[in-house]
Amino acid sequence: MNSMQNYLADTVKSIPPSGIRRFFDLVTQTKGVISLGVGEPDFVTPWHIREACFYALEKGYTMYTSNSGLLELREEIANYMKKKIGVEYSPQREILITIGVSEAVDLALRALLNPGDEVLVPEPSFVSYAPGTVLAYGKAVSVPTYFEDEYRLKPEVLEKYITPRSKILILAYPNNPTGGIMEKEDLEKLRDLIIKNDLIVISDEIYAELTYNGGHVSIASLPGMRDRTIVLNGFSKAYAMTGWRIGYACGHPDIIAAMTKIHQYTIMCAPIMSQMAAIEALRHGESEMRRMVDDYNNRRKIILSGFKEIGLDCFEPKGAFYAFPSIKISGMSSEEFCEKLLMEEKVAVVPGNAFGANGEGHIRCCYAASIKNIEIAIERMGNFLARHRKG
Amino acid sequence: MELEKKILKLLEKDAKMSPKLIATILDEDEGKIRDIIERLEREKIILGYSTVINWERLGEDGVTAMIDVKVTPEREVGFEKVAERICRFPEVRCVYLMSGTYDLSVVVTGETMKDIAWFVSHRLSTLEQVQSTVTHFVLKRYKQDDFIFEEPEEDKRLVVSP
Repeated sequence: MNSMQNYLADTVKSIPPSGIRRFFDLVTQTKGVISLGVGEPDFVTPWHIREACFYALEKGYTMYTSNSGLLELREEIANYMKKKIGVEYSPQREILITIGVSEAVDLALRALLNPGDEVLVPEPSFVSYAPGTVLAYGKAVSVPTYFEDEYRLKPEVLEKYITPRSKILILAYPNNPTGGIMEKEDLEKLRDLIIKNDLIVISDEIYAELTYNGGHVSIASLPGMRDRTIVLNGFSKAYAMTGWRIGYACGHPDIIAAMTKIHQYTIMCAPIMSQMAAIEALRHGESEMRRMVDDYNNRRKIILSGFKEIGLDCFEPKGAFYAFPSIKISGMSSEEFCEKLLMEEKVAVVPGNAFGANGEGHIRCCYAASIKNIEIAIERMGNFLARHRKG
Repeated sequence: MELEKKILKLLEKDAKMSPKLIATILDEDEGKIRDIIERLEREKIILGYSTVINWERLGEDGVTAMIDVKVTPEREVGFEKVAERICRFPEVRCVYLMSGTYDLSVVVTGETMKDIAWFVSHRLSTLEQVQSTVTHFVLKRYKQDDFIFEEPEEDKRLVVSP
């Protein structure tokens, strides 16, 4: 077959395929693997939410919705945001329903970036911000966060990476892959710098419900930050609804209108049955969601105590469902560690460098897994470390 | 009190959960957890530990029946005395006092329908307080004590995802 590479767009060619992909192929070829490598809940969507979808289908809700999404859902989201982060948004003008937060990230970047504008991406981070920036003709600037700071973004670090072209700051807390959070005082320390440099914040708060020592604080709730923040959230993690692909963006009406313009030409609208299920989740999903979060918390403690026992250094992740221990004692790179662990002990974890260069030396372990599997994985990792410990 | 409740909630979901694991989850000392569990057992707050088994999968065809029982309450003791007497039979698994058209709901297991018929006619109906019985046989169990019998449990997620 002739190569068609020459026909591909330069921007697309310039972005590397996801670092997780290669590892994924490796894991699928191996049998009997215990995986702590997933990035989603191990619960199935609560039954009452699934039933709301059946009901929608039975009633014949199979058509388009308005570009912005069902008003009823936007109203529920407005109520939720007010309660959850203390910020009021107009359901008519300031909320857009998207295909998961992933689409919302893309829309926000495309709505705001001119060619060459810079996006500050604190790393380690979820894999889509930097490629999304490049696809929107912007320039992604990695801003390191550190294990010693529990991966909080520090103003003195951020400041070093700000240039006159800086336009957007990505904030993704509670964080995937580290489990780190930003507390109110951490956000307050960033605020002046953001305002001084006239930055817009894209705040990806998909793990907002998954916090274990006190609630989540959104930067949008700080004085002067509401209009320059686009808050992104969705249903995937809190309600175990990853496959439904429902997210939303809340922000200034000018920005939401611009995002809606792209959305209407590319997506049209999110699937109506997923939107109807999302309404059910917000109206009646609280107690099941709490139960799931309690379960994650139990397993978080189990995995942390396990790491301690086998000598893996890890700070206490206070959000999401990931732990991000250091593998320094093995003397291996994170990719080498993950490959060997997979081959020798059949445990899958994700190399930290898949989430940015400064994730090197760490592994991401997802504890949205059964207690039994976490215990087995820890035991196997312990055996592995006993053989490979350096010094 | 809060701690006791948390321990009980965990054990209610998984009776095999070790004191060590409970201690990890609740950020407590393992010895303290052991002491509390022992006390809860002594105080009969924890009555025992049993296993939910899908016998059918083993090819064992036991029979379970739910029997609605009307009884004549007695002076001073109401339903207590007759309920206690019914509880004593080893084939009786559960006894509940009910509101509505009958008084006691009795769950009985046996190896065959005959066993249960014999129990009803010879043991239950012959109690002088028992006025009448209606026996319902269980045809199939779908869910019991939180466990769904036939639900496939496999993990459908991709093994690695961002």
